[in-house]
Amino acid sequence: MNFEKVIFAFFIVLALTLNFGFFLGDIENPVHHNVYELFAAIVVSLIATVLKAGDKTHLGAVLLATSLVADLQLIVAAIIWAIAVHVTETGLTPGTMSAIISLSGGALLANITSVILLVSETLMVRR
Amino acid sequence: MPNIVFILIRRIRVPLILLIFVYAISILGFVLIPGQDDEGNLWYMDFFHAFYFVSFMGTTIGFGEIPYAFTEAQRMWALFSIYTTVIAWLYGIGSLLSLLQEPAFRALMTESSFKRALKRINEPFYLICGYGDTGSLLVRALAEAGIRSVVIDHNQNRINSLELEDILFVVPGLCADASVPESLLKAGLKHKNCIAVIALTNADNCNLKVAITTKLIRSELLTIARAETHEVEANIDSFGTELVINPFDTFAGRLSLALQSPSMYLLFQWMTSVPHEPLQEPTFTPKGKWILCGFGRFGKAVYQRLIDADINVTVIEAMPKETQAPTGVIVGVGTEAKTLMEADVLHAAGIVAATDDDADNLSILMTAKQLNKDLFVVARQNLKENDEIFDVADADLIMKRGSIIANKIFAIVTTPLLSQFFDLASKKSDKWANELVSRICGVVSNNAPSRWMLEIKTGDAPAVSLAIANNLQVPLGVFLRDPRNREDRLSCIPLMLNRGRESILLPKEDEILQKGDQLLFCGKSGMESNMNWIARNHNVFNYVLTGREHSSSLLTKLFGQSN
Repeated sequence: MNFEKVIFAFFIVLALTLNFGFFLGDIENPVHHNVYELFAAIVVSLIATVLKAGDKTHLGAVLLATSLVADLQLIVAAIIWAIAVHVTETGLTPGTMSAIISLSGGALLANITSVILLVSETLMVRR
Repeated sequence: MPNIVFILIRRIRVPLILLIFVYAISILGFVLIPGQDDEGNLWYMDFFHAFYFVSFMGTTIGFGEIPYAFTEAQRMWALFSIYTTVIAWLYGIGSLLSLLQEPAFRALMTESSFKRALKRINEPFYLICGYGDTGSLLVRALAEAGIRSVVIDHNQNRINSLELEDILFVVPGLCADASVPESLLKAGLKHKNCIAVIALTNADNCNLKVAITTKLIRSELLTIARAETHEVEANIDSFGTELVINPFDTFAGRLSLALQSPSMYLLFQWMTSVPHEPLQEPTFTPKGKWILCGFGRFGKAVYQRLIDADINVTVIEAMPKETQAPTGVIVGVGTEAKTLMEADVLHAAGIVAATDDDADNLSILMTAKQLNKDLFVVARQNLKENDEIFDVADADLIMKRGSIIANKIFAIVTTPLLSQFFDLASKKSDKWANELVSRICGVVSNNAPSRWMLEIKTGDAPAVSLAIANNLQVPLGVFLRDPRNREDRLSCIPLMLNRGRESILLPKEDEILQKGDQLLFCGKSGMESNMNWIARNHNVFNYVLTGREHSSSLLTKLFGQSN
């Protein structure tokens, strides 16, 4: 068992699970979506990106790309949240909330791709 | 380039993750710790404000406690956060800087900047292996003629000096061993604009390897290699290398030419001059007994040539046994008066200081001049860095090894017809050369003559080709007329006409040109553009050919017909 691999897989899977946890719930209802979970999802996603960077293989490049997509979507979601609450002060209307959640849903897809790639690579190594 | 970014991120992965962690914990702390607003109510900082506060705190900008004054608990957390974020930043920046200064990483960066520079070259270039004296002279001469080059050398100092050199173009330099095929590929051997490979390193094996690699990977490229021994010379020559140059032979050949037929020597020097080189004055060597100091590889080559020319030579050599000096050798370096007197310097016509040490050569030169004022002194200069002292030294002839080879290569790569011209010219007498030299003297000013080629084909000379296709008789003389006023003559001389397998030296002006003829001219620099004007512009060509100004506009054509 390689400790580095454990850390690597841990962060990638954690990024997916946190993202999923945030995404889960009614798309227009702010009560179903925890801001702490979004924060954690962003932090873990950033760490996963740094861990993935620097792998020269083709698979590594695709992994990095999915991670960058997830980062982008989550950060944009957070920016929308901050603008809605602090800049325009309209608060979390159902429209804003659904925009935030659909962005995080996109990030979720990217994270799922990432995990699928990770699993398929692992299976190939096993064989 | 992207490669470098990835390597950079991979190498500072730990500090980056630490930084994200520290920021995340600090932000989370501020969000969780209860605070008070300006009215004393319980207030929790949200992520937006926490991120804002940590961002300016972590970078030590410090705008103060925003938006409300902090509670004691928040201040304590701020204190903790300040130290952790600052340490994380210092660690991150420190690792980044140490990485940037790491020799391996710097090598990677210079390599990638070389790659970028190579990619940007979108015109033909020469790949030059070895940037010593010869290489640097050649690169400079090529740049002045408007030709790009790329340099590969195993010595980083030389590559650095290339960057500092004041050359018209950016000359990308790669620090790598040219004998490794991979470095040649990196240096652009497969680049579509690479037109020639010139191997000028000190090591024969390396030059051999470069020539083989080039011929195997891209056999169509012009390959020029330097070889110090005859075995390697024959070896490189055997697989189709276009030109193999033995520095000692070339050098000795040029020297013996200077001694035997000064005019021919002068002609060769002029024809192989680099742009802006001042016109060398003719020197006339006296007949009589010669002294040769130094019997190394160069000395041997000179000795052989002198003996072949029936010149009486006395050899001075410090180690006669090791160098297998001929009988009658005088043991010594030649820097002392005693040795020179032994060689009968008082009655000698000239002396050749041919050791491989510049200081010794200068010393021989000065001592010999003191003993015999009328002595003709030839000094060999090994290193370009000694230019200044050799220039002021009182030598009649200075043979600069680097420049002779560099100039020869330059002349041949820029005007390929020249090598054929040299072959034909060397069979002629000194008197012939003398006449040609004085004719050239008549057309050039202070600078050495420039050479150029003109090929009668549709692409290069459309006006002439069309006229010949229309069965007009075009004499060579049209190219010698000034396109501004045909009564004046251009300052140039036709040197050679190449027609199929036949070559005519110094063709006559009434020679009728044919399609496919190749012409070699020499003359004042700048005349080439006038000549191209005649060759390409129909109106100008008609004017110099017939003397009639002919406008090609439709209106004049109509009027011309009606008249």
